[in-house]
Amino acid sequence: MSGQEIVFTLLGIVAVGSGLLVVTTRQLVHAALWLVVSFGALAGGYLVLTAEFVAWVQVLIYVGAIVVLLLFGIMLTRAPIGQSMDLDSGNRWIAAGVAVATAAVLVTVLVMGFRDAHTPLKPGGGSAEELGASVFRTWVLPFEVLSVLLLASLVGAIVLSRSDIGPRLPGRAGHPGHPGRGGRGEGDG
Amino acid sequence: MHLAYPLVVASLLFSIGVYGVLARRNAILVLMSVELMLNAVNLNLVTFDIWWRDRLHGGQVLTLFTIVIAAAEVGLGLAIVLLVYRNRQMIDVDRLRALAEETGGDVRGVRGDGEGESEGEGAKDGDHAAVVPSEGSTT
Repeated sequence: MSGQEIVFTLLGIVAVGSGLLVVTTRQLVHAALWLVVSFGALAGGYLVLTAEFVAWVQVLIYVGAIVVLLLFGIMLTRAPIGQSMDLDSGNRWIAAGVAVATAAVLVTVLVMGFRDAHTPLKPGGGSAEELGASVFRTWVLPFEVLSVLLLASLVGAIVLSRSDIGPRLPGRAGHPGHPGRGGRGEGDG
Repeated sequence: MHLAYPLVVASLLFSIGVYGVLARRNAILVLMSVELMLNAVNLNLVTFDIWWRDRLHGGQVLTLFTIVIAAAEVGLGLAIVLLVYRNRQMIDVDRLRALAEETGGDVRGVRGDGEGESEGEGAKDGDHAAVVPSEGSTT
């Protein structure tokens, strides 16, 4: 067991343990904060695997943007601060069984399939220079399509969250200013 | 480095995400579990990219794309969750069973008819009586 494997094992234990805490904790805000720990440990794992640019993108986007967005969602839905008992549904034991079965199948298949797969880790393979060259040389068309996807999701999020536009209900066609869908939402804000 | 270490970590993270999606009731916690599953997939992609020593770096570039798609997904998902919260005042995925919003009498009548059909033939008459006055009120 080399030093890289020891470091990766420790980081993996941290990632899996905090992931378990994300799905089992009783406090919503703590779940989001454990998600930060899990993503940070995974970023460390990417660093060990010499994928340094992916690691920094992981820190920037997942830890910096997505978790903050999730915290905003928790705040905007007025989630209770502190322990809440009804975060788990009634079928949690069935869910645990399904998860354990999935883990057993995946671990068995992957470990048996890649039993003698070793790879030497050479630094520099995942630097920003290499990845930038391959993104803008080979994968430039998917990159541009991805920007269109981001634009579409931006427009979709705006359309979903605005309350003064929307489909006009057939019964209230005479009042275009109050389309009915956002009537309660305006009162809430 | 033996390839089993990142693969085992990735499969454990994926199954933790499966458990979270199935067992959690809060919609935001379900979104967090989806993020865990996406991270497991990213770890697999990076691992196989390193293993194959791909000169085009397809695995790592696809990982970047997956991260961007996850950001778009969580933005849209939170917009939907906030819309549900604005209309229902709760985001329990267990209790969100209706497919139509309760906006007026006509919609509620249609929804009651649909539930009666799922229960069986015996409830037909009562539901029919509930639908008829609402149709009369809309016309």
